[in-house]
Amino acid sequence: MSDAPVSYAPSGGPDEVCSYEDTVAAYDPVLGLEVHVELGTKTKMFCGCPTEFGADPNTQVCPVCLGLPGALPVVNETGVESAIKIGLALNCEIATWCRFARKNYFYPDMPKNFQTSQYDEPIAFNGWLDVLLEDGSTYRVPIERAHMEEDTGKSTHVGGATGRIHGADYSLVDYNRAGIPLIEIVTKPMTGVGDRAPEIAKAYVGALRDLLRALGVSDVKMEQGSLRCDANVSLRAKVGDDPGSEAQQEVPLGTRTETKNVNSLRSVERAVRYEMTRHAAVLSAGQTIVQETRHWHEDTGVTTSGRVKSDAEDYRYFPEPDLVPIAPDREWVERLRASLPEPPAQRRRRLQETWGFSDLEMRDVVNAGAVELIEATVAAGATPAGARKWWGGELARRANADGRDLGDMGVTPAAIAQLDGLVQSGRLNDSMARQVLDGVLAGEGMPLHVADARGLAVVQDDGALTEAVNTVLAANPDLVDKIRAGKVQAAGALIGQVMKATKGQADAAKVRQLIMDTVAPEQG
Amino acid sequence: MNHDITRASAAELADALGRKEISAVEVTQAHLDRIAAVDGAVHSYLHVDAHGALEAAREVDDRRAAGDDELHVMAGVPIAVKDVMTTKGLPTTCGSRILEGWIPPYDATLVTKLRAAGMPILGKTNMDEFAMGSSTEHSAYGPSRNPWDLDRIPGGSGGGSSSVIASFQAPLAIGTDTGGSIRQPAAVTGTVGTKPTYGGVSRYGLVALASSLDQAGPCARTVLDTALLHAVIGGYDPRDSTSIHAPVPQVVRAAQRADVSGMRIGVVKQLTGEGYQAGVQQRFDEAVALLVDAGAQVVEVDCPNFQYALAAYYLILPSEASSNLAKFDAMRYGLRVGPDGIPDPSAEQVMAASRDAGFGDEVKRRIILGTYALSSGYYDAYYGQAQKVRRLIAQDFDRAFAQADVLVSPTAPTTAFRVGEKLDDVMAMYLNDVATIPANLAGIPGMSVPSGLAPEDGLPTGLQILAPAMADDRLYAVGAALERALHAKWGGPLLANAPELPTAATKEA
Repeated sequence: MSDAPVSYAPSGGPDEVCSYEDTVAAYDPVLGLEVHVELGTKTKMFCGCPTEFGADPNTQVCPVCLGLPGALPVVNETGVESAIKIGLALNCEIATWCRFARKNYFYPDMPKNFQTSQYDEPIAFNGWLDVLLEDGSTYRVPIERAHMEEDTGKSTHVGGATGRIHGADYSLVDYNRAGIPLIEIVTKPMTGVGDRAPEIAKAYVGALRDLLRALGVSDVKMEQGSLRCDANVSLRAKVGDDPGSEAQQEVPLGTRTETKNVNSLRSVERAVRYEMTRHAAVLSAGQTIVQETRHWHEDTGVTTSGRVKSDAEDYRYFPEPDLVPIAPDREWVERLRASLPEPPAQRRRRLQETWGFSDLEMRDVVNAGAVELIEATVAAGATPAGARKWWGGELARRANADGRDLGDMGVTPAAIAQLDGLVQSGRLNDSMARQVLDGVLAGEGMPLHVADARGLAVVQDDGALTEAVNTVLAANPDLVDKIRAGKVQAAGALIGQVMKATKGQADAAKVRQLIMDTVAPEQG
Repeated sequence: MNHDITRASAAELADALGRKEISAVEVTQAHLDRIAAVDGAVHSYLHVDAHGALEAAREVDDRRAAGDDELHVMAGVPIAVKDVMTTKGLPTTCGSRILEGWIPPYDATLVTKLRAAGMPILGKTNMDEFAMGSSTEHSAYGPSRNPWDLDRIPGGSGGGSSSVIASFQAPLAIGTDTGGSIRQPAAVTGTVGTKPTYGGVSRYGLVALASSLDQAGPCARTVLDTALLHAVIGGYDPRDSTSIHAPVPQVVRAAQRADVSGMRIGVVKQLTGEGYQAGVQQRFDEAVALLVDAGAQVVEVDCPNFQYALAAYYLILPSEASSNLAKFDAMRYGLRVGPDGIPDPSAEQVMAASRDAGFGDEVKRRIILGTYALSSGYYDAYYGQAQKVRRLIAQDFDRAFAQADVLVSPTAPTTAFRVGEKLDDVMAMYLNDVATIPANLAGIPGMSVPSGLAPEDGLPTGLQILAPAMADDRLYAVGAALERALHAKWGGPLLANAPELPTAATKEA
C-alpha cells in the first residue's frame, strides 16, 4: 500500500517514448493489475472504530488502530463475509483455512510498523472475470487471488515541490483510515491482450467496479480512494500477429514496472499506454527496463521513477500470532454464493434481450449509467424504448452538461414513466413532452400536473382543427393544386402552417389526415 | 489473622475485610507503609500509586458500609501489577526508557477486572526491559533485589512481582510468563506463581513480547491466594482473539481440596539431574516423595524433543518480538530523540535514533536476532524449523499426559544467583528458563511452588507442576497438597525463614 522505506532515484528529464503504433508493432504487452478496494463495513477490520469518509483527522481511532502498546486485533466478520462474496463473484476458490500474516516495514502512517495482511494463505484464489470490450468481444481476466488486509493511515506532506515526503517541510498523519478493511485483488499475468492492452486494463477495472457495486460491499469511489489500482506492465518480443498464439506465449515475460495509485478509469488506460510506449523506447534503444515502482502524473500524463525494487526489500512475513486462523464454514460459503446478485455482465445481456435494444443502444445506456433507471422506469409502466429515449437521450445530455449523475437530476423513474405514458396516449407530442420535462426538472410536480398547469395537450377537437385546416387550404390554392396533381409531399408545407396556427398543439398525423381527406377524398 | 496486616495472606485479608474486622484503607495503608520502609532496599516498584490505591480502598469501604452485597470477595485486597500491563492514568514503561513517561489511555482487560473486583492497585512492578531476562538486571530503571539476600537477583523478568510479595509489600501481584517469567522468579524467592493455559487470561493490554507465548498470571505467597487471583483475572475476553471461550477451571476449589490421591505424577526425565544444582535436585526429590505420601503415584516420562526447546524458543521469541517492538518508533508516543549532528532529520532518522537511545542491549540483541530469523532466505531454516520443533514438543506433552495427570520438575536449575554474575554470559542467563520454556511453547499451564531451601546456600528452591491445557485446576490440587505437606514439615511457611529487611528507618539510624 503505502510506499515502504524509500530510496528515490534522481529525477531526470522526461522519458523518451515510442509511438503507440510502433510499440504494438514490435512488442507483445503483458499486464498485471492489483486493485485495492476499501470495504464499506461500518467498522474497521480489527476494531470497532467507524469508517466514515471525511471525518476530522484522528477522530475515528482507538488503541487498536493506533497500534498502542498492548492492544490486540479482532477480525471483523462482515469484512470476511465481503471478502468471500468478492471471491465467489470472481469465480475464485474459497480457502477452507487461511491466516493473516504480518507484513513488516517501517513507515510513519503505519501505526504498528507492520500491516496485518494475508501472504501465502489468501481467502480466495484462482478465479476469473469476463470483461466486455468496445467491439463486443469478451476478454477473460485470470484472477490470482483476493486477500484481506488493513489500510494504513494517510500522510500529508507539507511543503516541498512534489507533495511527497522527499523534500517536505513536515508531514501530518491521519489515522482515521488506518485499519479500514481492504481487499486486494491481484490478476495473474494478462497475456494475449495485444494492442488492446490499455482498453482491456480500463475495461477490467470498470467491470470490477460494477461488480463490487452490485455486490454492495464497497462504494467503489475512485476519486475518494475506495478503489485504487496499481498497474504492472511489461513488454516482450512480438511473434506473429496473434497475441494469443502458442508461439507468443512461449516468449519469456519482460521486466515489469508497477505504476502506483492510478485512480480513474481513464488514467488506467492512459498509464498503461504510456508505460508501454516508454518500455518500447527503452528496449528499442537496446537498454533494459529497471524493475521499479512508477508514479503516475494525472496532469502531464507521464510516469516517473519511484523506488527501485531490490532484493533488499524484505517484508519478513510471518503468520499473525494475535489472530486465530479463519476457516469459513462451507455452509456459510454456499449461503453467500446463493445470495450473490446476478453478475453485471449477465444481467446486462438479459436486460438487453428483454428490452430489445441493439448492441449500440445497450452500450450507450450502460455508458450513461442508465441501466438501473431504465429498469425502474419500465417497472413503473414505461415502454423500454421510451425509457431509453428519455434517460439515454435528453436526460443524459442534460446530466452531462451539468456534470451531474443521472440519478441526481431530481426526476424519478415514476415521473419518466408517466411522461412516456402521456406521449404514448397521444396527449403530448415530442416538443410538448420536452416542455413538461422542463417543468418537472424545475420542480413543478409530476408530468401530468405540469402538462395541466401549462395547458399542454395535443388538440383533439376536430371542429377547431377542421376550421384551421380550411383556413390554411383557402390561403394556399397553389399547394392544394399540387397535391391534387399527385405531389403529396406538398402537404408538408400545409401541415406546418396548421401546426403554426394551432401553436403546435395539434397532432400532426391528424392534421395530415384532415388535409388529405379535404383535398383528395378519393385517394383516401 | 496474622497481627501484621502485611504478613497476612490474601485469603485472610479478604476474610477479615468481609467480616469488617479491618478496613480496606487500613490494609492498603499498611502496605504503603511497608513499601515506604523497605522498597528503597528491594526496588520492587517502578511506580507507587498511593493516592489511587487509597481512593479505591475508600470506595470499597464506603460500599461495604452501605451494605453493598455485590462486593467481590477480594474487594479491598491490594495488588501490585507488573509494569507490562497497561493501566489507564498510571505510567506503563515495560522497564524501558523508550516508554518513559507514557501514560496509557486504557486499562488492560485484566486490570479492568482487578478494578471491578475492588482490588486497590498499589503500583507497577519492576521487570527486565520488555520482559526479556531472568533477573531484572535488564530493567532500564535498575534491578530489583531478592528479599532472601539483597545481593542476589529476584528472578526475571517478573522479579518486581516476585520480590514485592516476598518482601510483604503486597499480598498479591500480577506477572507475565513468556518463557518462565512468573515461575522462575517465584522459585528463587520462595513464592508461588502460575502461568495459566495460553488463552486462559486475556492478553488485551499486555504489552506484547512474543504474542504466541505471552501469558499473564497470578503471583502470591500461598497456593490458595494464587488461585483466588487466578479466578479474578481469568476467563474469555472478546478483545483477545486467542482467548479461550470456556469457563475458568475450578482453581479455587482445587486449591482448597488439595487432593492428589490416585493422581499420576510424571517426572520429566529431561528436566532433572544433570545441570541442576544439588540442593535444587534434593528438594525436588523430597517434594515428590511427599506427594507420594499424600497418595499420588509417580511415573517417569520421556520428552525427547525438550532438548530443542531452548533453541526453538530463542528463534520464535525474537522473531515475534522484532515485529511487536517495531511500533516503538517515536512517532506517536514514548521517547523521541533527534540524531546527533543532523540539523533537519527525516522521520526514519528520528526513528533510528530514538530506538537506539530507548532500547537496551538485550532488547536490541533480540530484535536483531528476530529480524534475521524472519528474513527471506532464512525464514524456513529458522522460524519454520522452530515451529516444527514446537509441534514436536506439543506431541511430547500429549504422550506424557497420556501417562500422567501432571508433570513435575525443578522450576529453575539453580537458586538465585548474584546480581551481575551472569550478565555477561548470555547463554547462562538463557539456561535459567530451560525447564519452564516447554510449557510456553505448548501453551499448557504451569506453576511453581516453594520446595524448600537448598542446603548449600540456604536459598529458596521451586518445584514446577505442568498440566494439560485448560486443566489448570490440577496445578492447584498438586501445589496445595505439596504446600500442606511442606508447611507441616517446616512448621509454617517458608517465607517465615526469610531475613528481616533493613527498613528506611533502620537505615537512617
